[in-house]
Amino acid sequence: MLFFAMAMAIAQQPGRDVHAPISITNVTDEWPGWAQVFETLTLRAGFNTTTVIVGTTLLGLAAGVIGVFALLRKRSLMTDALSHATLPGIGLAFLAATALGVDGRSLPVLLLGATVTGVLGVVCIQAILRLTRLGEDAAIGIVLSVFFGAGIVTLSYIQANAAAGAAGLNHFIYGQTAAMSVRDAALMGGIAAAAILATLLFLKEFSLVCFNDAFARVDGWPVSLIDLVMMALVVLVTVAGLQAVGLLLVVAMLIVPPVSARFWTERLWLLVVVAALIGALSGYLGSAVSALLPRKPAGSVIVLTSGVVFVISLVFAPTRGVVALSWRRLRMRFRIAGDHLVEAAFEQHGREGNGGTLTEAQLARLAKLRGWSAWFRVALRWMLRRQGDIERAGTTLRLTEHGRARGARVARNHALWEQYLVTYADIAPSHVDWSVDQVEHVLSEPLIAELERALRRRGVVIAAAIGGGNA
Amino acid sequence: MTAATRQASTTTAATLAARPEHSPESPLSIHAMTVAYHRKPVLWDVDYDAPSNQLIAIVGPNGAGKSTLIKACLGLVPRASGQVEFWGLSYRQARSRIGYVPQRESVDWDFPVSALDVVCMGRYRMIGWCRPVSRRHRQAALACLDRVGMRDYAHRQISQLSGGQQQRVFLARALAQEADLYFMDEPFAGVDAATERAIVDVLRDLRETGKTVVVVHHDLQTVPEYFDHVILLNMRVVAAGPVEAVFTNDNLHKTYGGRLTLLSEAAEAIARAAKGEG
Repeated sequence: MLFFAMAMAIAQQPGRDVHAPISITNVTDEWPGWAQVFETLTLRAGFNTTTVIVGTTLLGLAAGVIGVFALLRKRSLMTDALSHATLPGIGLAFLAATALGVDGRSLPVLLLGATVTGVLGVVCIQAILRLTRLGEDAAIGIVLSVFFGAGIVTLSYIQANAAAGAAGLNHFIYGQTAAMSVRDAALMGGIAAAAILATLLFLKEFSLVCFNDAFARVDGWPVSLIDLVMMALVVLVTVAGLQAVGLLLVVAMLIVPPVSARFWTERLWLLVVVAALIGALSGYLGSAVSALLPRKPAGSVIVLTSGVVFVISLVFAPTRGVVALSWRRLRMRFRIAGDHLVEAAFEQHGREGNGGTLTEAQLARLAKLRGWSAWFRVALRWMLRRQGDIERAGTTLRLTEHGRARGARVARNHALWEQYLVTYADIAPSHVDWSVDQVEHVLSEPLIAELERALRRRGVVIAAAIGGGNA
Repeated sequence: MTAATRQASTTTAATLAARPEHSPESPLSIHAMTVAYHRKPVLWDVDYDAPSNQLIAIVGPNGAGKSTLIKACLGLVPRASGQVEFWGLSYRQARSRIGYVPQRESVDWDFPVSALDVVCMGRYRMIGWCRPVSRRHRQAALACLDRVGMRDYAHRQISQLSGGQQQRVFLARALAQEADLYFMDEPFAGVDAATERAIVDVLRDLRETGKTVVVVHHDLQTVPEYFDHVILLNMRVVAAGPVEAVFTNDNLHKTYGGRLTLLSEAAEAIARAAKGEG
């Protein structure tokens, strides 16, 4: 985005006309100097900017921590409904306060109203779920749109009828980070502290309810109360984030950091830590960037920053990332294909006692049977040679000692599985677990002995009995 | 326990135990229990007294209300009417002596915890609020994993376990609860042979140490081999009692209606069991 802005600025340099009318396509950003960037990032760019950056960083941290439990409890979308449902509360609070002669724009009053209708929205979802047969998606969709619609109607009524003092209310939709005061930043700090403290105290209870609420209830835990505490923290973060990033985007701060963090870890407490870091980093970078580029609203830049972190996590995370997954799938494909090739060569050895050789013609037939492409065949041969399973012998491929042992193992496994399916055809499909490579891991010792006896009766010589293929 | 609650407990104990058909020694007494979903009854007027120290199977066709029976006893689904008591006590009072294995599909196994973490959840009520899992409880949880043959997998993330291994983790968590009465919802569903064996071993182990286990079971063939007592259920209790007395062709016919394939399997199982005894 920055690059694009810079390119636009350069492109428009020569023909720049001061008197040209300002149009959408003509807006350019001043590209900040390195000194300015450094100052902003090290929190030395003036009191106001620093306040905003610290405040949004703390907000991102709190949202990251709390968002983990919303994600694990599968409540991510409900937080979206919650944030949309705050809008009518803001308008109604303004009207009520003005009618009572209080300043309608006082932040505590507006946030109180936001909390009331936000919680009301969540209660409505629960009521719809309990009283009707509608699914959660439908309930959330209804509540989200109806409450948001009511909010827009209230705001336009205020704009048409109330005094000019109402102008600031629209900022709650998109957020107005630059307006953050020291008190607001302190509030974010307090909420972040509360979120961390609650997590430290109740990590055990939260995880139990998120993982298996029915078990928790039978075990005697007050599941509704624990849920309420988690939801209250979500409400707290949402309402606190309204002013900074706006109700449309605050939910992204709750969802995106935990989802990104999930790619990097399998441990719960680490997930909380990583989500907190990603949230804080997004808040910090996002607000700093928006401070440097005045026309970029902080809320969307913060969300875009966490979006970038998400894409990086999605692609590059070890074990869960797309790259790692594809790599594992490819390796698995090669292992299975290698098993097939080695087994075929080993069967040759069993028939002809030639140590397990495959001619080019035999290999081509095998490739056709298994659907291996030409490049796959080349790669497979290269890999099996590197693993020391096969060696070149003239124009043919021959199994090494190591390869014959592998072939024996594979042949035995396949024979046992086959016998198992034959013997226990009625119950086998639900019991066979193909994902394990050793039958012993799944079938009991006596059962394997029984299968081996059955195989011998059928005249199938079990490969393991041949050992390394020296028989 | 204050005097008031003791008074309360004795009065509730009196309600069912005073009836001639229920005894306070029974780990589970169900009286006239009816359960309805959206006004449609799924369980109708269930009366049952579980014998102590037995392995009890709940058997019946799909939609017979097997899981619902367990959930209604545990208060997970509301009862339209009726009472449930454990050793003559209310569920709330007896809770610390009750263990539970939910259906495996009821949770998201892509949860960021290890097998050991899940088993530790069985110790949470002994650990109490806000306190971390101590080494002593971790050791106890490890021992439970060992009993189901899963000690080597203690630190695996749970989504990396096979279905049968996940089932064994759930069983280990229930063992970690150190209960006297266990409810297990379909523990044998879709598990591999090694897991089936491990579960059966644990069940017999539990019986030897004086526990009572109520199991929702779907495989008629294994009922005579695995269980002592059986509840034949099809929205109401068709028959309940010792397997050799109740698990008959006639009763199965009443429970399953005209599903012949199932019945012929069961007939074989009965014949096999009779041969085994003879």
